[in-house]
Amino acid sequence: MDAIFIQLLNGLDKGGAYALIALGLTLVFGTLGVVNFAHGALFMLGAFCAVAMNQLLTMSVKVKDESITFFEAYKEQPYLEIWFGDTGLTIIDYSVPISILLAIPVMLLIGLVMERGLIRHFYRRSHAEQILVTFGLAIVLQEIIKVFFGANPLPMTAPEIVSGSAAVGSWVGLDASLVYPWWRLIYLFFSLVVVGGVFAFLRFTTYGMVVRAGMYDRETVGLLGINIERRFTVVFGLAAVVAGLAGVMYTPIVPPDYHLGMEFLVLSFVVVVVGGMGSLPGAVIAGFLLGVLQSFASMNEVKQLFPGIDQIIIYLVAVVILLVRPRGLMGRKGLMET
Amino acid sequence: MKLVDKNTSRRTLLKSGTALAAASVAAPSLFVRKATAQGSFVNDPGDAAFVTFGFNVPQTGAYADEGADELRAYELAVKHINGEGDGGMLNTMTPKSLTGNGILGKRVEFVTGDTQTKSDAARASAKRMIEKDGAIMISGGSSSGVAVAVQSLAQEMGVIFMCGLTHSNDTTGKDKRRYGFRHFFNAYMSGEALAPVLAEEYGTDRKAYHLTADYTWGWTQEESIINATEALGWETVEAVRTPLGAGDFSQYLTPVLSSGADVLVLNHYGKDMVNSLTQAVQFGMRQQQVNGKQFEVVVPLFSRLMAQGAGDAIKGILGTTNWHWSLTDEGSQAFVKSFGQEYGFPPSQAAHTCYVQALLYANACEQAGTFYPPEVIRALEGFEFDGMGNGPTLYRAADHQCFKDVLVVRGKENPSSQFDLLEIVQIVPRAQVEYDPAIFGGELGPYEV
Repeated sequence: MDAIFIQLLNGLDKGGAYALIALGLTLVFGTLGVVNFAHGALFMLGAFCAVAMNQLLTMSVKVKDESITFFEAYKEQPYLEIWFGDTGLTIIDYSVPISILLAIPVMLLIGLVMERGLIRHFYRRSHAEQILVTFGLAIVLQEIIKVFFGANPLPMTAPEIVSGSAAVGSWVGLDASLVYPWWRLIYLFFSLVVVGGVFAFLRFTTYGMVVRAGMYDRETVGLLGINIERRFTVVFGLAAVVAGLAGVMYTPIVPPDYHLGMEFLVLSFVVVVVGGMGSLPGAVIAGFLLGVLQSFASMNEVKQLFPGIDQIIIYLVAVVILLVRPRGLMGRKGLMET
Repeated sequence: MKLVDKNTSRRTLLKSGTALAAASVAAPSLFVRKATAQGSFVNDPGDAAFVTFGFNVPQTGAYADEGADELRAYELAVKHINGEGDGGMLNTMTPKSLTGNGILGKRVEFVTGDTQTKSDAARASAKRMIEKDGAIMISGGSSSGVAVAVQSLAQEMGVIFMCGLTHSNDTTGKDKRRYGFRHFFNAYMSGEALAPVLAEEYGTDRKAYHLTADYTWGWTQEESIINATEALGWETVEAVRTPLGAGDFSQYLTPVLSSGADVLVLNHYGKDMVNSLTQAVQFGMRQQQVNGKQFEVVVPLFSRLMAQGAGDAIKGILGTTNWHWSLTDEGSQAFVKSFGQEYGFPPSQAAHTCYVQALLYANACEQAGTFYPPEVIRALEGFEFDGMGNGPTLYRAADHQCFKDVLVVRGKENPSSQFDLLEIVQIVPRAQVEYDPAIFGGELGPYEV
């Protein structure tokens, strides 16, 4: 029971990351009809917003190690520590949450520039061409990051206060020694809040209502005198922000490197396809579903019965769902069925 | 208009087609002669004023930083062989045939390839360097999968391959080749060097849980560490294979907590190791008490570059490494000085092994008095040398594995600089890690191909 509970938690936590990325991906497809293979790169760029903020906050005085004569070896003392003492160290400690303040405008800007500068020229082109150009863009973006930050993963830490583990077992009446990292619980909570926020924006605001109307019938909305193109541009920016925030918060879980986005890209596409192309609830449900399934498939008991199942479970589920229900779990009838 | 001349019969067409097909299949061997007899071998420089080395390193992908460091080391080695710079380890290497004017009077030049840390890409770039660029030897790489694949190609083509970073027992075990040579240590040696230190630090009554990268290197390291630790009295609770590049290892880490194990052994390298170690620490494993003992994490193979990626998570973690820039022997210091002055930072263990490999190949050619591969191979086989770090070293003839001292290291708690991340716990003497080559099987294959 303990093992099942902890894997369930782990699956939901993984699912949170999948859902956040897939949400933006399906939002862009649903509104603009664009298959955006650069979406994983947006996740990676968000992570590097956190890295950049961390490097900014930890700008340091370099105290040279005099015992080394062949090259420059030094110990660093951050300016914030010198200027503000413990307060400075606390600010550095909170660099990941603080990065959100940087990531929102930066990712929005990147999203808008990307849509206006490149993606809009491919609205009426085939999906194959969209995939090629956005995949190319993803490679360009990751190579740019590699030039500035190198190929090695960069360690990022969660704030000290949440760097340990929570005794989740005792919360639900199970073994008190059952623990789960605080930051991963925060990530799960964060993903639920962001998903909730996006849904609320689309459902309860006039702007969101127009966007949804445009998703169903772009032409009619246009005939009503609404500039739907501009709203869709903003939606692209919103998707970039969601992916970027997911990336920022993910940095203490997996030390980011320039290739981080590619690792999520294929997986998030599977999530979108399983959920149903263009379906927002579908992406979220499929994200959590596949996260949980992947976790359970990695249990030693399951792997003993089906060796290697942990590595193929997501694709296996995708194949089965597409065979039984080609439009995905919650996809619109007729979409992607031919 | 007729497309086929009336005098051309169907039989003639078929014969011509067959001949054309046969010629296209045989094309590479028309352009690249193999080492069938001395004076006739692949990319024989003949009277040319230079010879070309082929450096096959990861320039893209997860190991691009390590590959860049390998390339820096090779460039430095070429400089030193050609008599430029301060000479580095050429000043400390003994015995030495090189004189600092290239090899056999020919200047060394080089071309590079990108392995991408993928076996097929590595083979393709090695092949390209041999067939198109005239490389007389190939060296480099940051993965055992790549080393085994390129080594096999080297044997087929009759071109010597001096392995870069490869730690699987298979490279000089079941997959060894006459044309492949490894200076780097292997998983067996890591196990033999690390086990006594583990016993000393953590005791002999331990329960270990292994997470293992699912490919040749991971399998052999898991086997070697299990053998070495079980010989101490440790019990292996579980050994779980994880996919390469999993990113988030949490689903593999959560079962560890309820397994009853009190040691987690991470048979991961590079980014996998950085991720799994970071996440194990997040799960609070290093704070846990299990079976009345402090829970410990062990990483049998790590490097300074990986330690940089893992940040604070590496502090206090025990493992082994092939070489470290803080070694105080004359050879290591000469290399660190050359490299540090050239590039502004210390070399990695990958850089060290690649630098040494380039020098050893060059020296063997000079010693043999020829570039003819079978003679160069004979010069390397059984070659004993010193002054290149890790003390007196033997290139064993039976399996082309180097035997030298092994370093047991620990992530440093209070680094004095950005490069001071590992402390050397023990320099394990070569005699302690030697073994009978028969235990890993394999056949070297012929000298003449």
